[in-house]
Amino acid sequence: MNTTRKMSRKDLFWLGLLAFFAVIPLTPWFSHSSFAQHVMIQVLLYSSMAQAWNILGGYCGQTSFGHSVFFGIGAYGTGMAVVKFGLIPWPGILAGAVIAAMVAVAISYPCFKLKGHYFAIATFAIVEIFNRLFMVWYWVGGAIGLDYGFTEPGWKNFVWYQSKVGYFYGVLLLFVLVFGIVRWIEKHRFGFYLRAVREGQETAESLGVNSTRVKLSAMALSAFLAALCGAFFAQYNYRVDPPMVMSLDMSMKFVLITILGGLGTFYGPLLGAALLIPLQEYTRAYLGGIGGGVDLIIFGLLIVVVVVYQPRGIMGILDRIVNRIRRSEGGGK
Amino acid sequence: MATFLQVAFDGLLNGLLYALVAAGLSLIWGVMDVINFAHGEFLMIAMYFSYWLGFIWKIDPIISSVAGGAFVFIVGALTYRLVIRRTIGKSAMSALLATFGLSMLIKNICLNRFSPNFRLLQDTLLGGKTFNLAGIIIPVPQLVIGLVALALLFVVYRLVKKTRLGWAIQATAMDKEAAELMGINTERIYLLVFGLGGACVGIAGGLLPSYLAVHPEVGALFSLIAFVCVAMGGFGSIPGALLASLLIGLVEAFAGFYIAPVFKYVAVFGLYLVVVMVRPRGLFGW
Repeated sequence: MNTTRKMSRKDLFWLGLLAFFAVIPLTPWFSHSSFAQHVMIQVLLYSSMAQAWNILGGYCGQTSFGHSVFFGIGAYGTGMAVVKFGLIPWPGILAGAVIAAMVAVAISYPCFKLKGHYFAIATFAIVEIFNRLFMVWYWVGGAIGLDYGFTEPGWKNFVWYQSKVGYFYGVLLLFVLVFGIVRWIEKHRFGFYLRAVREGQETAESLGVNSTRVKLSAMALSAFLAALCGAFFAQYNYRVDPPMVMSLDMSMKFVLITILGGLGTFYGPLLGAALLIPLQEYTRAYLGGIGGGVDLIIFGLLIVVVVVYQPRGIMGILDRIVNRIRRSEGGGK
Repeated sequence: MATFLQVAFDGLLNGLLYALVAAGLSLIWGVMDVINFAHGEFLMIAMYFSYWLGFIWKIDPIISSVAGGAFVFIVGALTYRLVIRRTIGKSAMSALLATFGLSMLIKNICLNRFSPNFRLLQDTLLGGKTFNLAGIIIPVPQLVIGLVALALLFVVYRLVKKTRLGWAIQATAMDKEAAELMGINTERIYLLVFGLGGACVGIAGGLLPSYLAVHPEVGALFSLIAFVCVAMGGFGSIPGALLASLLIGLVEAFAGFYIAPVFKYVAVFGLYLVVVMVRPRGLFGW
């Protein structure tokens, strides 16, 4: 009984958060500054990416450094539809996501038998292979990539030029989709399977969980959602090229934002992105004068400090604060 | 035939360089089960160190490499003290992620301080020299690095297998608690292993500026290749890392020459995937 009440309170918070995001474009802070719009869009995009990774990396415990491959396939799906075939992006978005899920299953089936570091290095190797192959695959634009021409702005073509509000609602939809799916998973059977596999694959198997199937489903879902994020990224930047979407740096963003926020937690990816993206964008904007790379210096330092001192990320810090307040309240009584 | 031999020889020389870079990584991985993601950045630090020594005081990279080794030994030991020590006993990925953060930090500090320009030392003792041996052109700097790699790998291998310190290192790698009960100061062993791993890559980095330009991104690809060498060779096995490095050097050279230059890393990383599919713990792994 107690748990159901707690769940519903959590859901209320979730709905409140969505309402908060939905009304943000109405505030003058947002509508008057295209920089603020850019930061908000990036926060929602990167938190969706991190959450997509979190399904596999956090809940299922399989640390993949290969997610930029799926992100890139999604970006290329829509890019090809728009630039090569002259279509609207929507069929390309769907096709990219489906292909990404299929590629994910095909490459992870053999890789899942590798353990620990061997698996991690295999995912690095896969990113490098895809990156180099896309560089010379001239049908998809090679190293130059795909550049969008001008089309009519609006939802049909999913591009806007004057204002970023359309993109904001687009990424909000993506955010609701990704976080909604994870919220659903958390409460349902599949989520318990995921966590069971993470906590102990042998134990889970002994209780009748088909761990290979669970891991592959998590991989496919995670790749599908990552590809949707990639499609949004391409539409937002009006272009796709291999180093932009299929690189180790992009892969690490999926991982590091989640780690920073809190691995395997529902709000972790959002908190990680909400801390990191504004930090990155604002240091780049205001500290760019003292030379390049300042945002990445801070980012690197933050990662070291968080991993070393609070491996549970911002969620861990929040938990500790909440516990301390509760304890002091209990002491007061 | 001459071309074939030339390509093979170039591949082997490159493979020896990879082995020299991978040796330190292999040692650290074998003893502590930690992947040091900042390994390539250690190489870059040593290259900058040697470059600046050569640029300001005209010290030749041959001498700087010794100083570079000592310098990166300290960097490695500090890294262990400040970062790695606190990740031991936590999840397997935490050391990897912490060192990734460290690599970002080092790379971007160098980018900020030294700009992204490529820098190459001019007029070094070895730089630009080649000689002809039965129709094969042999570049001197690469040859010297190859010989240093063989010597250093031999020294490290002997150190681990034949000395009292090496036995202590092996004991720590096998069972930390038991080693402590035998009176081994495992904390000091870890510190030393991390420093030694750094020193190996420091010597490599010290020699490199005589033929390879220094820039902040130079370590990134070396890191990845070193990971692949070490993993392909098998958990902490130094002969395995040597064999894997030579294989990778050969595959890289042949794929680059006979297929297309862009395919050389596709072939290298593809080879890793094929090897671990067949032997999930590497060539010499158990």
